[in-house]
Order: sequence, then C-alpha cells, then structure tokens
Amino acid sequence: MTSLINKSLVKSKAKNVFSSPWAALGAWIIAILWTIPTFGLLVTSIRPEKDINNSGWWTFFVNPNISFENYQQVLFEGSTTNPPLYQFFFNSLAVTLPAVIFPITLAVFAAYALAWFEFRGRDFIFFSIFALQVIPLQLTLIPLLQLFAKGLVIGDVTIIPDFNITGTYIPIWIAHTIFGLPMAIFLLHNFLRQIPRELIEAARVDGAGWFTLFSKIVLPLSVPAIASFAIFQFLWVWNDLLVGLTFGGGAKEVAPMTIRLAEMVGTRGSGWELLTAGAFVSIVVPLIVFFSLQRYFVRGLLAGSVKG
Amino acid sequence: MFTLALHAARKTPADIIAENFSLLALALLSFGAVIFLIFLLASRTSVKTQEWLKYLVFLVPSILLLVVGLIYPAIRTLILAFMDKEAETFVGFDNFIWAFTIPEITVVLANTAIWVVTAPILSTVIGLAIAYMTDRMNRPAAIKSLIFMPMAISFVGAGIIWKFVYNYQPNDNKPDIGLLSAIFKGLGLTPPNWLLEAPLNSFLLIVVMIWIQTGFAMVVLSAALKNIPDEVVEAAMLDGAAPWKRFYLVSVPMIRATIVVVLTTITIGTLKVFDIVRTMTGGNFQTNVIANEMYSQAFRQMNFGRGSALAIILFVAIVPIIIYNIRQLRLERTER
Repeated sequence: MTSLINKSLVKSKAKNVFSSPWAALGAWIIAILWTIPTFGLLVTSIRPEKDINNSGWWTFFVNPNISFENYQQVLFEGSTTNPPLYQFFFNSLAVTLPAVIFPITLAVFAAYALAWFEFRGRDFIFFSIFALQVIPLQLTLIPLLQLFAKGLVIGDVTIIPDFNITGTYIPIWIAHTIFGLPMAIFLLHNFLRQIPRELIEAARVDGAGWFTLFSKIVLPLSVPAIASFAIFQFLWVWNDLLVGLTFGGGAKEVAPMTIRLAEMVGTRGSGWELLTAGAFVSIVVPLIVFFSLQRYFVRGLLAGSVKG
Repeated sequence: MFTLALHAARKTPADIIAENFSLLALALLSFGAVIFLIFLLASRTSVKTQEWLKYLVFLVPSILLLVVGLIYPAIRTLILAFMDKEAETFVGFDNFIWAFTIPEITVVLANTAIWVVTAPILSTVIGLAIAYMTDRMNRPAAIKSLIFMPMAISFVGAGIIWKFVYNYQPNDNKPDIGLLSAIFKGLGLTPPNWLLEAPLNSFLLIVVMIWIQTGFAMVVLSAALKNIPDEVVEAAMLDGAAPWKRFYLVSVPMIRATIVVVLTTITIGTLKVFDIVRTMTGGNFQTNVIANEMYSQAFRQMNFGRGSALAIILFVAIVPIIIYNIRQLRLERTER
C-alpha cells in the first residue's frame, strides 16, 4: 500500500508537538476506531445466523464459528418478488461501465477543444462549464426524468422525441454522463493545458490534422489524468443511490445493488445475516479499486474536490 | 430491444443478466465504433473542413448534453417551483410559504442546519488533527488508508454498517448485538433506543457523515501541511515557539485557504445528504433532511411544485458557499 503520503520521509526531521510516540499512538487509536464498524460488519457476515442474533460479533473471537451460508443465501437465493443479489451485482456493473466510459470520452474531447482550439467565446464556455458544478443533482431530477419519459415538446414542436427508454439502463447512463461532465471537463482541461505548446505546434507544422493530433499525441499523454478521474467516477457511480432510484424507473431488472440494499434495510430491518453479507458484497469492489489505485484517487481528489 | 425489461418478470436472473450484458456490449461497441468511424473519416478530410469539423466532433456533443441535461432542467425546476402539484397552474410563492411554515418541513430545514453546522466542522477538525499528528511520522500510510477507507464505501453501505453499531436490543433477557449498546451496558448505563430518540438520532446519523468525510479532510489537509516550507517551521522553532503555539500560529494560518476549501466542500456534500438518512431511518423519528424530503415530495407524493421548491432552497443555500470557495481558491493562487 504505497501512498504519496510517504513524502514525509524526504522531509527534514523538524520536530513538532506530535512527532512523539504519543502522536503515533493517538493516530493509531483513531485509525482503529475508524475501522471497527467495518470490521464488525465483515466478522458478522461470516458468522452463522444463530450466533449473530444471540451474541455480539466481538464474541466471535472466543467462539469462532465460520459459515458462508449468509453469502450463499443473499447472493443466490431470491424470492418470488426479489431476484437474488448476484443479479443486482451485475446490474451495478452494467450501470457503472458505460457511466464511466461515456463521460470520460466526451470530457477528453471537450477538454481538448477548450484547451487547444482557438476561438471566440472559449473562455466563456470554459467558465460556464466550471460554474455548472454549482448545480446540485436535485435541481435537475424532475425535468430530466420528464425528458426521458416524454421527450421535449415546446408548443407543437417536438424537439426531442420520446425514445421509450424508461426502465432500461439508458436513462441512468445518460444521467450519470451529464452529471459527471462538468467536473471531468474541468479536471482534464487543467491537465491538457499543461502539454507543452511546442509539442502541439511541432505536430501541426508536420501536417498533423486536429484529429491525428488528438489520437497520436494528446490522448496518450492524458492517460494519468483519465485514470484519476475514472476512479472518481467509478466510485461515484457504483456507490450512487439517488440517480439509480430516480432514473431506473423502479425496474428490478436494472436496479443497482445500492437500491436493493436500501430496500433490504427497510423491509427486513432485523435480517442482519443477509444485510451484513449483502453490504460486504457491495463494498468489496470499491474497496479493491480504492486500495489498488489509491494514489490516482488522491491525485484526483487534490485536483478538484467540488462535485455536483 | 428496449422493451425487454417490461416482460422480464418470468425470466430467471441469469436470463436477465445475459440480456443486460448484451445491451451493455451493444452500447459500448456501438459507442466505440461510432467514435472510431468519425475519427477515421474526419482525419481524411481537408485541412479546411477540419477547421469546422473539429468543433462539431470534440465540443458540440458535451455542450449539447450540458444544455439539455443541466441548464434546461435547472431553469425548468425554477419554473416548476412556482407551479402547483401537477405543474399546471401558477401558484406564486405558495410552495415556499409551505416549506417555511408547515412544522414538518421546518423540522427538516432545522435538521439540515444542524447537519451543516456540525458535520463539516467536526470532520475538518478531526481530519486536521490526524493530518498534523501524522505529518512528521515515518510510515503514516497504513493509518491514513484506514481513516480514508470509508470514502470508498457507499452511503448505503455505511448506513448498514452503522445501523448495526446502533442496534438496540429491546428484550432485556437477550444479549446485545449492537456495539454501542454493549459498551453502554458494560459501563453500567442503560442504552437508549438509539435511532428512535430525537434529537440524539440526528447526531448519530451525522457521525456516519463525519466517519466518511474525515478521510477526505485528512488527505487534502495533509497535502497542504506538506506544502508549508520547512524553513517556516524551523524559524518558528528557533524563535522558541511552543509546539501548540506553532500549530495554531504557524501551521493553521499557512493552510487557512485549504481549510476553508475543505470546510465548504464538506458543507456542500452535507447539504445534499440523502442516502444516509434514507437508509438508516427513512427520514422518520424527526431525522428528515432537505434532500430526502425533496425526493419524497417529488417522486413519492408526485408533487413537482413542492419538490422543485425544496430543490431551489437547496440550491440557494449552496451558491454562496461555492462563491466563497472559489474566492478563497483565487486568493490562495494569487498568494503563491
């Protein structure tokens, strides 16, 4: 688990109040305190149902009974009204992949245009996109949903027809794409601006068109920035509840795991054996992504932290 | 193809996954194919054509999406906020008067205010403390990863994790399975029914937000502390400034702008908090907040007017914070 945080090694050893063992101890105590709730969930999820309901999870260490029955049950056993959780797991994947790929592609394009095309109104457009980050999701939900359900008709003129896509992934993909764009364009623009002007001009002089320039030079150079934003958008979409609830149209066939879990908490408030196992299934994917790509995530976080 | 989902009730999960993934593959492949084709064709056009074609390919799609998907809906919501339930007749400020006078909704606004005051400040203070404690540490990566980890967990997942911590055992004869109740009993105290008792329950939900946001504050503030030149710290030491004084007279002022940015960013996230409340209490027992009420009004009661009015209130609360945030960022840039 490397981290950019290791920079402190290079730093001089100026002592401060906390550079004592006490500071380390304090930090460790907070870190452990921060981890206990998640740890308790994990431990509970691998205990038999009877144990979970009759003793605290901390007694597991004196009485270690391990059972994967909870996972088996929550993942693979559905009911007449509810499919098993593994279907929702795949729904989450099917929601997330395009909802990461689409906005990044469009954002790299727009960032390239705003960084390197010279035209009147460029600064205005860039600033407007930056300002759009102010708009909270909630402000757009109702009209956007109506747009997907009915199309856009002003007077008698149909501007956007009704594509009849309610209850499919398409509205969720489009919604996530739209909501992700302002921040993605902003971050990638800042990155693409840093490509040396000489590099771009040299390629132009050599006769590279704007499209070749993009695919041969700009795109390969922007991979690190794309990676940073991709992790951000991945976590955002995978963990989202609001967009899925609103734009999924309530269809179980497209609902991501967060929706199913939220439903399970509501209807079976006491089924801890299923809730803990289900919750762990849903957080294990972002945790893997997080721990393996933490450096990129932190970089993205430091580059811009306001998200609409 | 788009109607598949409608009569899927009798299909097995495996069938549904297969169908969904064919749609997924189709969507990704056609997206890739369209872009590939556009590039293939566009790069063969003349220099003159490319001068206008480049805008059409690179810039126009994003702008169209943002205009149709963000700007138009935002304006439309502003109009809807002054219309009735079905968005048919103009009702003036009725929806706003409703929001600020009906006791149920004033509780929602008051709760949101409590969230906004407590969650950002506590997350930032704890985050700053950890950042400072680990600033000169040799191997802080493990500690920081553990505290940062909740950032990767969904609000729904966090809600379940903490609901388990707050689990209440009504039956005296059965052992506690909730950690907090067990600790209380261990100390000889009688645990309350955590999530049912206002205003305690709101604070317990706020703890979840703090748990998630502290990692964010810590990472950003850590980076800021690292940027303080060593000479400054050393100069303060040579002047004989006591360690605590050095912290609040040197370190904190040096990273003041970053602290403000962290505070405001968490404030905005807190204003929009929805999943935690919805998962843990459903907004019941006087824990409701504005974003959750906005969702219920708009999509449960189907009252578009009131839902929109609440969204506008949310927006009006956010704008000054963001303007302040941007000003601080500018200030920080010019100072360097």
